[in-house]
Amino acid sequence: MKEIIRLDNIKRNFIVGEETVHALRGVSFTINEGEFVTIVGTSGSGKSTLLNILGCLDTPTSGEYYLDGVSVRTMGKNARATLRNRKIGFVFQNYNLLPKTTAIENVELPLMYNPAYNAAQRKEKAIQSLVAVGLGDRLLHKSNQMSGGQMQRVAIARALVNDPAVILADEATGNLDTRTSFEILVLFQKLHAEGKTIIFVTHNPEIPQYTSRNITLRDGHITADVLNPHILSAAEALAKLPVNED
Amino acid sequence: MNVANLFKIAVRALSNNKLRGFLTMLGIIIGVASVITMLAIGQGSKKSIQREISEMGSNMIMIQPGGEMRGGVRQSAEDMETLKLEDYEDIVEETRYVAAVSPSVNSSGQAIYSSNNAPTTVYGISPDYMEIRQYKIEDGDMFTEQDILTAAKVCVVGKTVVDNLFPNGENPVGKVIRFEKLPFRIVGVLESKGYNSMGMDQDDLILAPYTTVQKKILAITHLQGINCSALEEKYTDQAIEEISEILRRNHKLNTTDEDDFTIRSQQELSSMLTSTTDMMTVLLAAVAGISLLVGGIGIMNIMYVSVTERTREIGLRMSIGAKGIDILAQFLIESILISVTGGLIGVIFGVGAALVVNYVAHFPIYIQPWSVLLSFLVCTATGIFFGWYPAKKAAQLDPIEAIRYE
Repeated sequence: MKEIIRLDNIKRNFIVGEETVHALRGVSFTINEGEFVTIVGTSGSGKSTLLNILGCLDTPTSGEYYLDGVSVRTMGKNARATLRNRKIGFVFQNYNLLPKTTAIENVELPLMYNPAYNAAQRKEKAIQSLVAVGLGDRLLHKSNQMSGGQMQRVAIARALVNDPAVILADEATGNLDTRTSFEILVLFQKLHAEGKTIIFVTHNPEIPQYTSRNITLRDGHITADVLNPHILSAAEALAKLPVNED
Repeated sequence: MNVANLFKIAVRALSNNKLRGFLTMLGIIIGVASVITMLAIGQGSKKSIQREISEMGSNMIMIQPGGEMRGGVRQSAEDMETLKLEDYEDIVEETRYVAAVSPSVNSSGQAIYSSNNAPTTVYGISPDYMEIRQYKIEDGDMFTEQDILTAAKVCVVGKTVVDNLFPNGENPVGKVIRFEKLPFRIVGVLESKGYNSMGMDQDDLILAPYTTVQKKILAITHLQGINCSALEEKYTDQAIEEISEILRRNHKLNTTDEDDFTIRSQQELSSMLTSTTDMMTVLLAAVAGISLLVGGIGIMNIMYVSVTERTREIGLRMSIGAKGIDILAQFLIESILISVTGGLIGVIFGVGAALVVNYVAHFPIYIQPWSVLLSFLVCTATGIFFGWYPAKKAAQLDPIEAIRYE
């Protein structure tokens, strides 16, 4: 199995005034290709810091981080930007779509920063991604004409468009109602089944049941790292939900 | 990152905010339009003054006897008798930069034909005078060198004199008029030149051989002045120098002596008059330039607000792979697009307004190509200059904070 992510004793300190805050106190794990990992922790556990490091937005104070075999710790800003562009797909809690912009234009955005793609290729890839998340019929809808679930699907399509090594989802269901949350989880499970590597950061303790592995973070340490032998089907859970009366 | 993509990104971002973009442009539009209109009006009046002066002969040089001290009393120029015929002859023979030379003596008095009379001035000159002052014969002929040698009583008259003496529309050529007590036969009529820029009627004159005026009207042997023309306007200074040397030599002046003559050129007059309009142009352009500056500050203001407002967008772009330089370029291109588009519209409006001013108020206008080009370049520079700071600000944002900005 190919190793996508390897963290070696990652520490991250922040200096706030005169005090040093230890957000991560030595975190180590590896994630292989095709895993669907949740990182669960309460606020203050260091999961946001970990997400920033995994996403190459931040670099650790000490320890090594290899993304797809590349050491990230010593990389400069611009090199990390390019790395993010090629290897990572982000899905945010509040979607972060460009306002008044069509689904296609939103999805092809990462490719705009990759000179390897021309306009026709960008459009083709964007349409492929949108079809993959079930929005093949809403290609030209603008972001303000869509529901939360649809916007998050567009965001997921945007994360898929550059064929990333890993998809990083930050509370991707946090802004959605239960039904829509399950719909998004169904989508993630489908992507997982297709062999995508997904890291889902959340504080919602229910989500690990639907993923293949769960890492629990507390006060900057990993307190649990377990494989889930019985992955629940989000589609079944969705079917059991009471149908809204209205 | 290729520029075409950044360009596309910037155009998309701008088209999301059309009204705001337009309002920002408005400052630039007004600035550029006013610069162009003001310069067009300023340059237009300058051109029209220059045209009038060149009609008077822009390379003309006038030599007059100068104020000299006699026994401690400065004498008036008219009383001086320092300019002689030989000065004239030497200028004709020895100069290289002088094209035409004519002596000048004049006398004011009453011109009479049958029952009509009018006050006018008779100028005693040589045929070269026509070239110097750019007069043309409309009817008949100019008198000849032969007439000068014989001090013939012939003359050429201006339109105003014709109108005053021949109110019934007779053909004046061949008629004999009297000036003071001397009869002159009219051999030609001058083409009308109208009024000059100082309000003098250039057609109210009689031209006669200088010998005739000297001997038979004024009874003098000296010259009241010499008119010359330089080969070309740009040789005026050299011509003045040559003439000055000849006159100082002829008048036996020591190196320490003051000139006993004055040389004035039309060039001086022209630069004096144009300096006034130049000043006006500079003032108008300065006012317009300030409005361009205000427009530029408008751009900076909007771009700055836009950066703050779009912090999350910037954070997103960075997290999906935009480098600082990409963000900088995007915002810079946006502000340049605003200012250049505004500049283009401003050029159209400015030229339009200048044409309207010309059509409605009959102001002379002249749209200088460089003024259009200049204001366009200033616009782009404004876009870069005032877009730089907000763009730099955007590029320096931390993606982690920007993406979660509320």
